[in-house]
Amino acid sequence: MERLVQTLVDAVSVGSLYALTALGIGLIFGVMRLINFAHGELITFAAYTLLALFGLPVPLMLFGAIAVAVALALVTERAAFRPLRNADPTTLLISSFAVSFFLQKLLILVVGSRLKGLDFLPALGRQIELLGIRLQLLQIATILVSAILLVALTWFLRATRLGLQMRAAAEDFRMARVLGVRANRVIAMAFALSGILAAAVSCLIVVQTGVVQPRMGLQLVVIAFVGTVIGGLGSLTGAALGGFLVGATSILLQALLPPDLRVFREAFVFVAVALVLLFRPQGLIPARGLKERI
Amino acid sequence: MPPPAASNARWSGLLLRLWPLVALIAIVVAIVLCASFAPVVLQRRTTQGLINLVAVVGLYVFVGNSGVLSFGNVAFMAVGAYVSALLTMKATAKSVFLPDLPAVIAHAEWPSLAGALAGGGVAALFALVVGWPLMRLSGVSASIATFAVLVVAYIVLGNWTAMTGGQSSLMGLPAYVDLWTALGWAVAAIVIAFAYQETRSALQLRASREDEAAAQASGVDVVVHRLIAFVISAFLSGIAGVLLAHFLGIVRVENFYLDLTFLIVAMLIIGGRGSLTGAVAGALVIAVLTELLRQIEIGVQIGKMTIGAPAGVGDVILALIMLLIILFRPNGLAGGRELTWPFRPR
Repeated sequence: MERLVQTLVDAVSVGSLYALTALGIGLIFGVMRLINFAHGELITFAAYTLLALFGLPVPLMLFGAIAVAVALALVTERAAFRPLRNADPTTLLISSFAVSFFLQKLLILVVGSRLKGLDFLPALGRQIELLGIRLQLLQIATILVSAILLVALTWFLRATRLGLQMRAAAEDFRMARVLGVRANRVIAMAFALSGILAAAVSCLIVVQTGVVQPRMGLQLVVIAFVGTVIGGLGSLTGAALGGFLVGATSILLQALLPPDLRVFREAFVFVAVALVLLFRPQGLIPARGLKERI
Repeated sequence: MPPPAASNARWSGLLLRLWPLVALIAIVVAIVLCASFAPVVLQRRTTQGLINLVAVVGLYVFVGNSGVLSFGNVAFMAVGAYVSALLTMKATAKSVFLPDLPAVIAHAEWPSLAGALAGGGVAALFALVVGWPLMRLSGVSASIATFAVLVVAYIVLGNWTAMTGGQSSLMGLPAYVDLWTALGWAVAAIVIAFAYQETRSALQLRASREDEAAAQASGVDVVVHRLIAFVISAFLSGIAGVLLAHFLGIVRVENFYLDLTFLIVAMLIIGGRGSLTGAVAGALVIAVLTELLRQIEIGVQIGKMTIGAPAGVGDVILALIMLLIILFRPNGLAGGRELTWPFRPR
């Protein structure tokens, strides 16, 4: 019983981590049809900011990580994606791939490619007892932070003017512009939000693994990508759901598979994904307005 | 018997049509002839460049004709490399490194060409199996899915210890790939890619690249033609992996992952993903550029001082060039065109 609950909580916490990552990617895809590889580098750079600021008070470190991720998101948007706004999705994809590798190689050039230990918020590593079941505090924190961010994002999209504009832009960008939505402002806002989400993921993953390395973001993002694709590209609910499912499934497989097959768990997840796509090529929650009308 | 004038026109028409192929092969052969007089180190670099060329041409066959970017071709390279390694290694070496191999593979000592073709063939078969669900996806979703293929191949090959040795490398492969073998395969890859893009299937696929809806409305079965291109592309990538393995004499799963993917994709994008000329140009230009950057990283001796850039600068510059190309010349150096006969009769 205890084992079961522990596994479930673990699955939910890892699932919500991937859901947050997938949401950050989904936000950008919604307004720009851009699959942002560089989202991984937002996560990585935020983590290295934590490393650089280590020793300062925790709120300052958190603020620094968010500031760097948001600033980097805005700079990449301005430099690499705004000039291509009318290009086809594949060109945008290539651009973000190039940005991602540029940032990653730059980081390796400056700090080296070896992983570095970072003991951030060690208090979260403690076990706590909840209703007679021992759980890791970090997992509870991950679930809480994800839930808060999800609710805040939903509130922003539903209840604020900018959020409404963003949803309109995701539905039909040209129509939204015709009706007076400022394209630059909406897109910049989406990038800023994705930066905040990336910083949150970054902090949680650093606490969980205790190390930073230049490839950490890309590894997360590749799995989250797959989540957004099975959730249905262009649908935010789909992205969150898909990311959650991919993360949670990999933890459940870790628990259920026989030991010598455990190393292959990501492979099993991706095979499951391929099967889902065979029956629903548009994803679990197909986005409206994604297919261009002719 | 057609009148001589018509026959003449047909011949010149054929020459014009085949000109890109002839010109590209001539350029590659000329470079190799020059390199064959160069020191051994430069010969090895040229061989490496030719192997990359096979990989880029392989990637081009799918990306160029379908318009869908693939990140998965390095997975096919890895499959090709491992298959050929397992089939051609000495049985005694295999019994040391991989004691748990199935008997059929453990005793196999195939000749190198058969091993190479098997490597390409298994890679193509793998592409056929994974491509069947993936090619149904729309453009960018399919690209992401090919990235997933890369990750899966990396995980499986890196952990399937009985078959691949897992994280430790396979050593003692026959290192038969020299300048001339690489040249042979490079020419073969260019011929295959060119022959394919002249077929009806490839033309239909290119139509879907330009306008998917219009092509579908004209009766083009996009999924089938994408799958055909994907399989041919995987075969060539598999061959490139075989060549790389037997050039280095060693197979490590780490060598077939993100860095190689980045290099091959960057070459294709910089050269121009819309034409075979672009693919070849990208491979050649980046080969020269990497060599120059390598020299810069080693440093220049001035008097007693060595002035050199820190290691890793080359990668940053390559990524930057790729970014600048996609921003300012999205169709790459070749601009989506093939080489044309320079003296077109008016």
